[in-house]
Amino acid sequence: MARNISILIVDDEESVRDSLYNWFIEDGYDVGCTENAKKALSMLESRNFDIILADIKMPGMDGLEMHRRIKSLNKDAIVIIMTAFASVSTAVQALKDGAYDYITKPFDPDDLSHLIRNATSQISLQEENQVLRDNIVSLENVEDIIGESEAMINVLKKVERVAQSNSPVIISGESGTGKELIARAIHSNSKRKFSPLVSVHCGALTESLLESELFGHEKGAFTGAMFNRKGRFEMADGGTIFLDEIATISPKMQIELLRVLETKTFIRVGGNKEITSDFRVISATNKDLKKMVAEGTFREDLFYRLNVVNIMIPPLRERPEDIPSLVDHFIKKYCTSMSRNVMSIANAAMKKLENYNFQGNVRELENMIERAIVVGNGKEIRLKDLPFEKNDPYNSVESLEDLEKKHISQILNKYNWNISRSAKTLKVDRVTLYNKIRKYNLQAPK
Amino acid sequence: MKKQRILLITNGNFEKDFLEKISTEVYNSYAFPVYIEESQFDINDFYDPIRRQYDANRILRKIDSIPSGQFIRKIGVVRVDLYIPVLTYIFGQAVLNGNSGVASLFRLRNEHYGIKKDDTLLFDRFRKVIIHELGHTFGLIHCYTPTCVMRSSTYVEDIDQKSHLLCPACRSKI
Repeated sequence: MARNISILIVDDEESVRDSLYNWFIEDGYDVGCTENAKKALSMLESRNFDIILADIKMPGMDGLEMHRRIKSLNKDAIVIIMTAFASVSTAVQALKDGAYDYITKPFDPDDLSHLIRNATSQISLQEENQVLRDNIVSLENVEDIIGESEAMINVLKKVERVAQSNSPVIISGESGTGKELIARAIHSNSKRKFSPLVSVHCGALTESLLESELFGHEKGAFTGAMFNRKGRFEMADGGTIFLDEIATISPKMQIELLRVLETKTFIRVGGNKEITSDFRVISATNKDLKKMVAEGTFREDLFYRLNVVNIMIPPLRERPEDIPSLVDHFIKKYCTSMSRNVMSIANAAMKKLENYNFQGNVRELENMIERAIVVGNGKEIRLKDLPFEKNDPYNSVESLEDLEKKHISQILNKYNWNISRSAKTLKVDRVTLYNKIRKYNLQAPK
Repeated sequence: MKKQRILLITNGNFEKDFLEKISTEVYNSYAFPVYIEESQFDINDFYDPIRRQYDANRILRKIDSIPSGQFIRKIGVVRVDLYIPVLTYIFGQAVLNGNSGVASLFRLRNEHYGIKKDDTLLFDRFRKVIIHELGHTFGLIHCYTPTCVMRSSTYVEDIDQKSHLLCPACRSKI
């Protein structure tokens, strides 16, 4: 037994109570006994029993009535009804009322052992299920998302607020900012958390594939459709559908999507039966959808349907104060997954990371840390372990004049000191270029 | 005088050799000398004509009421079919952490199941039931080790699956 299971025996016959008590105590159960329903209910108000074995015929309140009252105290309690007289109608009534089982006295010892073992397994499964559910929730807890900057704290506050509603959400932000993580956090903190979160990467699918992916298809709908297949909207019933890269969908799919969002019904490709699904939609994009609407490439009505709540994730370069905690998090994550001791990071390396212009955002930082742990010395992440982009202008410590001199020199060399072509590339007039050449004392190679 | 003996209280006809072999097995398991005594009670007092079986709870109470004297444990060994009110039958019964137990030979016989008589198997089963019930009196509960004598057995086949020995974990608890 995973833990000590408790059993309450309720029977007006002392010999039955004693026999069962001795039987269960030898199996190591925590056993309680009482002679009537009233006393049993009073015991159950002060402590919990996992399994209740109740006689059906007792003076005062009978076992069936007691069972109903027990269920109102603890709906998870497992109640087994015992009787000396086999009666199908009573058995049916007990089971209809939610009793776990019904057993006729005297029982075969093996039947009793089986019954209690099965009930114990059910209790263990219920407890295991609860623990796993709690773990799933804590995996995507809002508090677990790294971000100490004011901008990220505001994002997380918004996540907590919108999670409780059913409103559609658009998450916008550059690539690598963690839009899917935010979508998961919204789902995990919503009432839909025990139903699936179904993700669709719209950008990765062609129009016809996306249609079949979203709505499903019937057998024979197209070449290769050998079986019926559920679509993502159907799979997200009761939960959330996450449409990533929403800006990439075609005008035809935009119309289809709008119709599904308005009616929550759809038809599988090649089918004729209307399917209803209760889902919440969260979409994400790294494009400016408003601009796309203005340009006519994204439907305005779909935009407003999706954009009830907008969460904008700021790029990492605008919140450098989040970098130390993110670095710390990724070091722990990768050292653990690679079974290494948790490494530290040199001050110089951290300083450079804090000043680096992350074009790839958190994803780029994560990749950098992973690589540094792989190639590093196993103790400390050094500056040389980090793969910085060489041409990163923000990485430079040179003055504006030095940079200008270097850049003009490189362009002149590229075009063999052809002044007209160089000036055109630099978008300055020839006189300005001559002045700069003089100013920086640049000379053509001999 | 310190109580350092186990008493087997027999009811019904048992061969002397059979009982002595059982005594040796009990001694090997618990290291207390075993004495054999014939019961002074009438087993028919515990007969239930409706169930046509004998009430193990009442027999147990009777054994418990026998003055213990120099015996730390008393176990009744009977040939009749035992029951407790909620169960159709039992092989034996004991008081957990108590002084008394009872074990029956009745349902251990092959003949009961329409199989050929086997005295060796009968002896093996009976010693297991007696050692098991005595284990309860020493505070042992059912064990999940497949070969441990304290494993719960609801069919004779279950008894045949386990050994007559206590597993190291159970032994260490005595």
